[in-house]
Amino acid sequence: MKEIVVLSGKGGTGKTSIVGSLAALAERKVLADCDVDAADLHLLLRPSVKQDNEFWSGQVACIDPDKCTQCGLCQELCRFNAISEFRVDPVSCEGCGFCVHICPVEAITMKENLSGRLFISDTRYGPLVHARLGIAQENSGKLVAQVRQQAKRIAEEQELDYIISDGPPGIGCPVISSLSGASLALLITEPTMSGIHDLERILGVCSHFGVPSLVCINKYDINEENTRQVVKYCHSQGVEVAARVPFDNAVTEALVRGVPVVEYSNGVVSQAIERLWNDVCETLKDKVKR
Amino acid sequence: MIISVASGKGGTGKTLVATSLALSLKDSHEVVLLDCDVEEPNDHILLIPVITGNEPVNVQIPRVDKDRCTYCGKCAQVCAYHAIAVLGNHVLTFPQLCHGCGACSYLCPEKAISEEPRQTGVVEWGHCDGMRFAHGILAVGEAMAPPVIRRVKECANGDGIVIRDIPPGTSCPVVEAVKGSDFCLLVTEPTPFGLNDLALAVETVRKLEIPCGVVLNRAGVGDAGVVDYCRKENIPILLTIPLDMEIARLYSRGIALVNGMPRWKSSFRQLFVYIEEIVNERNRSIKR
Repeated sequence: MKEIVVLSGKGGTGKTSIVGSLAALAERKVLADCDVDAADLHLLLRPSVKQDNEFWSGQVACIDPDKCTQCGLCQELCRFNAISEFRVDPVSCEGCGFCVHICPVEAITMKENLSGRLFISDTRYGPLVHARLGIAQENSGKLVAQVRQQAKRIAEEQELDYIISDGPPGIGCPVISSLSGASLALLITEPTMSGIHDLERILGVCSHFGVPSLVCINKYDINEENTRQVVKYCHSQGVEVAARVPFDNAVTEALVRGVPVVEYSNGVVSQAIERLWNDVCETLKDKVKR
Repeated sequence: MIISVASGKGGTGKTLVATSLALSLKDSHEVVLLDCDVEEPNDHILLIPVITGNEPVNVQIPRVDKDRCTYCGKCAQVCAYHAIAVLGNHVLTFPQLCHGCGACSYLCPEKAISEEPRQTGVVEWGHCDGMRFAHGILAVGEAMAPPVIRRVKECANGDGIVIRDIPPGTSCPVVEAVKGSDFCLLVTEPTPFGLNDLALAVETVRKLEIPCGVVLNRAGVGDAGVVDYCRKENIPILLTIPLDMEIARLYSRGIALVNGMPRWKSSFRQLFVYIEEIVNERNRSIKR
């Protein structure tokens, strides 16, 4: 079983549109939406939810005003500026619990926080594990880890060949949580100066965590000079570049209809994504041992 | 006045809007642009600022004095992040898990724990064509963006207009970056993804009690979902930018919209007028 995580560094390069199409092309797979902050894959795959689990994680401090003597020690020691006027701002509280331990009158307790939900669903394309982190919550990395764990369990139970995950943008906590230990990172970039800058950083993260990567240039024809630069950069880093995907309004049209673009059109984009999936499979065969 | 430029969904045009808004206002106002997207900072690509200073961003992590430690285990017991563990006559620390809360060193009964800095990123500041600029860069392989974001926010002190470019998403880095703003612009695109993530972003700024308005980017493709949603939720659409290959190509080459197409400056100045009206009206109603 191989786990492919689709990442990009920069947001909006087309991760979810491409994962939606890979869902339609790949056989014997489970899908995972690891962008728990702003999950969108369900809009293409239209899941019917089979299991809906609460995600309890992290704690938030709470001051009992009847016990509090307003000594101000907690306020002084909190490194996250989460306490002012003897009240805790739950959004700023990082749940360290330092205040609980130092309060001289034991006026502070930690309360468990319902910080999201995790769903296991059926789709036309196979099982999907997805989640929704509560608004303004922490611990997105832990929720991502649970999504991956569930996807792995399903893949093992049903003896599936692939886990295909749609990752979050950026390079921080949820990205690291999506990436570590995966078989292959498929990096979707675009030929803009920002896209190139962000690709360099996400490639750095992949090599830091020892995950092999394959680059796909999406909307490559927006700036062919930049596309050449991306290819050159990747080759200088020893990273393979897979099939390029052109810009086409068909992608947005398919999205508006809520279907993967390969099922909406037989045009240039769909053909390119089919080649991309072949390239992914070849790379997994040739280079990836795990 | 502090204006945040956020989005929920990535790649909707936050960087385009933040840089063009700043460039359109810099001749008439004192402007500071803060790139708070420390995981993937991009504003410097469009602005090419002159960097005049920098400072490492550190998290304070524990350092255990083995001569004083009695292996009582208090530190491990109080650490909420499992970043310190006591096994027999060994204390193990896991610096990547440490949030730097300081509980272990403060509560150690033997005073055996001191703190030392561990660098997780850097902030850089400078100027660009008469406006001030700062951004943060999270080190590759580091997980925690909020300490770097906090430090970037500190680079603006005093009056004038502060424009913050916010990372995508709705979780802790976004909250840290947006917190304390007077207004939040939400940049979106007219697609089901844009709508889904806009609704999440609206919930986030409402939770923080910050007024918001929408910039609709790449208008002309997609569907009417975002416009219908904004009408229903009573959220003003303050600026519409069409899907235009010329705009996309300028961005791809790293050229700010108002530098490549100066006629857009008046639209961004008008955008600021709308924001000012909303913020002033709100301040008046709070006073009443």
